[in-house]
Amino acid sequence: MLDTLIHIAVLLVVPPLLPGVIAKTKAWFAGRDGPPLLQPYYDIAKCLRRGWVVSETTTWIFLAGPIITLAATLLAGLMVPLGRADAPIAFTGDLILFAYLFGLARFFTTSAALDTGSAFEGMGAAREVTFACLSEPALFFAFLVLAKISGAFSLTPMLHAPAAAFSAGIAAPLILILIGLFIVLLAETCRIPVDDPNTHLELTMIHEAMVLDHSGPLFGIILYAAAMKMLVLGTLVLQVLVPFLPGREVLRGPLFLVLLVALAGVIGVVESVMARLKMRHVPYLLVGALLFCGFGFILLIR
Amino acid sequence: MFLFLILLAIAMAAVSGLPGFVLRRSAGGCERLAAAGMVGAACAGLAGAAGGMLGLGRDALAFRWPAIGGGSVGLDALSAFFLVPIFLIGGLGPIYGLGYWPHRRHPANGRRLRFFWGMLVAGMALLVIARHAMIFLLGWELMALSAFFLVSTEDHHPASRQAGWIYLIATHVSTLVLFALFAVWRHVTGTFAMEPAAPQALGQGVTNLCMGLAWVGFGVKAGVMPLHFWLPGAHANAPSHVSAIMSGVVIKTGIYGMVRWFALLPDAAPAWGALVLLLGVLSGVLGVVFAIGQHDLKRLLAYHSVENIGIILMGLGVALLGRAMQRPEWVTLGFGACLFHVWNHSMFKPLLFFCAGAVTQAARTRQMDRLGGLATRMPWTAVFFLVGAVAICGLPPLNGFVSEWLLYLGLLKGATDTAGGAFAALIGVPALAMIGALALACFVKVAGAVFLGAPRTRSAGTAREVALCERVPMAVLAVGCVGVGVWPSVVAPALDAATGCWLQGTGLDAMPLARAVPLGVIPLLALMLVACVALIVWRLRCRTAVAAPRRSLTWDCGYARPDARMQYTAGSFARTLVLLFRGVLRPAEHRPQVETLFPGPTHAHSHVDEAVLDRVLVPAGRKIEGAFAWFHRFHRGLTQHYVLYVLAVLLVFLCTLFPFRHMVSVWLKQ
Repeated sequence: MLDTLIHIAVLLVVPPLLPGVIAKTKAWFAGRDGPPLLQPYYDIAKCLRRGWVVSETTTWIFLAGPIITLAATLLAGLMVPLGRADAPIAFTGDLILFAYLFGLARFFTTSAALDTGSAFEGMGAAREVTFACLSEPALFFAFLVLAKISGAFSLTPMLHAPAAAFSAGIAAPLILILIGLFIVLLAETCRIPVDDPNTHLELTMIHEAMVLDHSGPLFGIILYAAAMKMLVLGTLVLQVLVPFLPGREVLRGPLFLVLLVALAGVIGVVESVMARLKMRHVPYLLVGALLFCGFGFILLIR
Repeated sequence: MFLFLILLAIAMAAVSGLPGFVLRRSAGGCERLAAAGMVGAACAGLAGAAGGMLGLGRDALAFRWPAIGGGSVGLDALSAFFLVPIFLIGGLGPIYGLGYWPHRRHPANGRRLRFFWGMLVAGMALLVIARHAMIFLLGWELMALSAFFLVSTEDHHPASRQAGWIYLIATHVSTLVLFALFAVWRHVTGTFAMEPAAPQALGQGVTNLCMGLAWVGFGVKAGVMPLHFWLPGAHANAPSHVSAIMSGVVIKTGIYGMVRWFALLPDAAPAWGALVLLLGVLSGVLGVVFAIGQHDLKRLLAYHSVENIGIILMGLGVALLGRAMQRPEWVTLGFGACLFHVWNHSMFKPLLFFCAGAVTQAARTRQMDRLGGLATRMPWTAVFFLVGAVAICGLPPLNGFVSEWLLYLGLLKGATDTAGGAFAALIGVPALAMIGALALACFVKVAGAVFLGAPRTRSAGTAREVALCERVPMAVLAVGCVGVGVWPSVVAPALDAATGCWLQGTGLDAMPLARAVPLGVIPLLALMLVACVALIVWRLRCRTAVAAPRRSLTWDCGYARPDARMQYTAGSFARTLVLLFRGVLRPAEHRPQVETLFPGPTHAHSHVDEAVLDRVLVPAGRKIEGAFAWFHRFHRGLTQHYVLYVLAVLLVFLCTLFPFRHMVSVWLKQ
C-alpha cells in the first residue's frame, strides 16, 4: 500500500523536474545561468491560472485532446515499476495496454491539432503519427526481448528479471534494446535529434506545432502530460540500464530518483551536442532503433 | 429447436423483399414491411444463435435430396458464432436503408436492393449452418449472386457496373476452386458430408492439397492481400449499407470457410500455420498502407477490411501453429483473437460505413479533400465515427483493443515457448504494432479531413445531420463496440465453445480463455481511465469557472484571415507515409509545370492505384487478349456459324466411337 502511494506521489510530483534539469544542463553547456531548476513547475502553475482562447472552428475534440492524453499517460505510469517496488497495476498483458495507452493519447492529441484547421498543426500531427509508425514496433521488439528473458508478460516482472538473474548471455540483447529504447524515448518525448522543443519556427516543429492553439489551463495540462510521459518512458529505459550498474540493489531504492535526474541530464547533454536532424532523415534514426531492438531479440533465439 | 429458429429466420429473410416485387402499387408500405421482416428474421436468428452458442441446440437435420445424395444442416457453437454478425447487420441494414435508400428517392432500384438483401442474408446463414458440401455451395452461390446484384444497384454508373463485373469474376474464380476442393474431398472421403477427417486418415499430400485449395477459394472471398483485387471497387461503389454488410459480414464467410475446412483437416503441418500467419501479416501491413494512400472515403475503409482480415488471419495462423504443435494455450489465444476480431470487425466496420454513407448523403461527395468541419453540423455521426475509428485502431478501452491484446499474448506466448514460436513472434509482434500505428495515422487523417477543421466546400458547409432511423443502427453498433470493449468477459464463453468445436477431432483439449488471460481486469482499467478523465475535467472546471474561454480565430502565425483552403489536406497529411512506402504504393503525382511569369489557375492531383488489379491483372488480361486476337475471326456473330461449330464438335466426339485403335493396331501388324 505504501509502495503504491509513493509510486503515485512520485508520478504526480516529479515529472516537471525533468524538463527543468534538461534546461539547466543545456544552459550550463552554453555557458548561461539558465532558468531556475523548478521553472517548469512555475510555468504549469501559471498556465493553470490563466484565461484561455479557443479557436472558433474547434469542437469538443479540442478539449478532449489534452485531457485524454493526461489520463492515458497517468494510467500508463501506474504500470511501470519505479525502482524496486512493484507497479500498482500489474497483470498478464499489461505491456500491450501500456503501449496502446500512448496510442490513445496520440489519437486525441493529433485529432485536437487537426480540429483547429491550421496548416501548421496539421503538419505537426502528420509528423507525429508518421514517426510513431516506426517507434512503436521498436518498443514492441524491446518488450519481446524482455518477455523472452523473463518468461513473463507483465511489465513489473519483465523489468525486474534482468537485474535479478543477470548473466553474460543477456547482456548483449539488453545493451541493444537499451540503445533502441533511448532513441524511442527521444522521439516520443520530442527531443533533439528528432524534434527541437525550443525552435522558433513552426514549420520545423512536431509536438509544439500540434499544440499551438492550446492556451491557459489546457496548455498547462499538455506541458504536465509531456513531462510525465518523459518520466514514464525514462523509467523504462532506466530499468533496462540498472542491471549494468554497480550496486544495483541499492540503486533500485530512493536512489532511483537520482538516476532519473541523471537521465534527464544525459538527454540535456545529447540536446547540447547535437543538432536536429532533417525531417526526412528522422525515419532512418527510428529504423535504426527498430533494428537495434530486433537484433536484440534475434540474439536471444538461438 | 434452435436450428428451427435459424431455418425460420432464413425463410423470413428470403421472402422479406418479395411483397415489394408483387405489390408494386404500395411500395412505401412494402419498404417498411421488408425492414420489419428483416428485423424479425434478425431477432429469430440471434435467438437461435444464442442457443447454439450456449450449446443448447446441438442438433442436426438430415433430409433427402436425391439430386445431391441427401443433405444436412446443423448448428454448433462455431456456426452460431458466425450467425451473430450475419443477423445483426442483416437486421440493422434495412433500418438504416429506410433513411438512406428510401423508396421515394430510389424508386427504380430500391425494390431490387431490398429483395437481394434478404436473399444475401438467407444465403449466408444457409452456408454457415450447412453440413454438406452441396448445401454449402448452394448458400455460397446464393450469397455471391445476391451480392453481385447489390453491388451493381446503381448500374447506371459505369463505375458501379465495372465493380460488379469484377466482383462477379472474382467470386466465380473462388467458386471454381471450391468445386475442386469438394471434388477432392468427395474422392478421398467418399462423401460430401462435412465431418472432420480422422487423424492420419488422409495423408499429408491430400491434406496439403485441400488446405491449399481452401486457402485460395476462401481467400478470394475474404479479400486476402494478393486476392483482394475485387474488394476496394465493390465496397466503394455499392450503396453504403451494402458496403457495410459486404465488408462486415460477407468477407467473413470466407474466414468461416477457412476455419471450418481447416477444422476438417486435423493433420495440417505447422508450416500451414506459419504460412497463414505470414500472409496475414502481408495483408495487414499492405492493406493499411494502401488505405493511407486513398482519397475516397469508402475506398479507404475498404482497404481497412483487407487489413483487418490480415489481423484475423494472424490469429488463425497462431491457432494452426498451436494445433499442429500441441499447444492448447496458443490455440485458445490465437483462435480467440481470430474469432473475437471477426465479431469486432463486424461491429466497427459497418458502423464506419454507415457513417460514411451519412457523410456521402449529407455532403454529396466521397472525396475527403472536399469535406471538413462536419462535426459541428453532424455531431451524432461524428461521435459514432470517432467511436468506430478508435475501435478499429485497436485502442483501449474499445473492442478492437481486446482482440489485438489476445493476439499479442498468443504471439508472446509462442516467443517464450519454442524457437518456432519465437520466429512467429519476430514477424508478428512488430508487424501488429506497425499495423496499429499505421491504422491510427489513417484514421486521424480521415477524422481530421472529414469531421474536423473548417468545411472545404459549400456542400460540406451546408450538410445536415441524417435521419433518426440512420442514427439508430449506428448507435446500436457504437454501444456494442464500447460494451464488448469494456466488458469482454461476456464474449469469453462463446469463444470457448467455438474453440472447443474447432478442436473436435484433434484430440486436443481447449483451454478456457479466462484461464489464459485476465479478462476481468479490463472493466476495472476502463473505469480507472474514465475516472482519471472525470477527475481532470472536474479540476479544470474548478479552475476555469471564473473565466469562460474566449472564442477567436485559429492562430496562423499572425495571418489575420485564415481560410478553409489553407488547412492541411488528407493528401498532405498522408504524404510522408506514402513516400515512406513508395516502393509498394507507387504513388502517381501529377503536378503542373509553372512556365510563364503570370501562370493561370491550374491543379495538381495524386493517386495510388490498386496494386493487383491495375498493375497485374489488367495488363496481363490485355496481353492475353492481344495474343488471342486471331481467335476473333471465329466470333462472327452469325448463328449459323455457331451451329456449325456445334456440329463440328459433335462430329469430333462421334469419331471416338470409330475403332481407330483397333485399326491402327491391325495396320501396324501388317
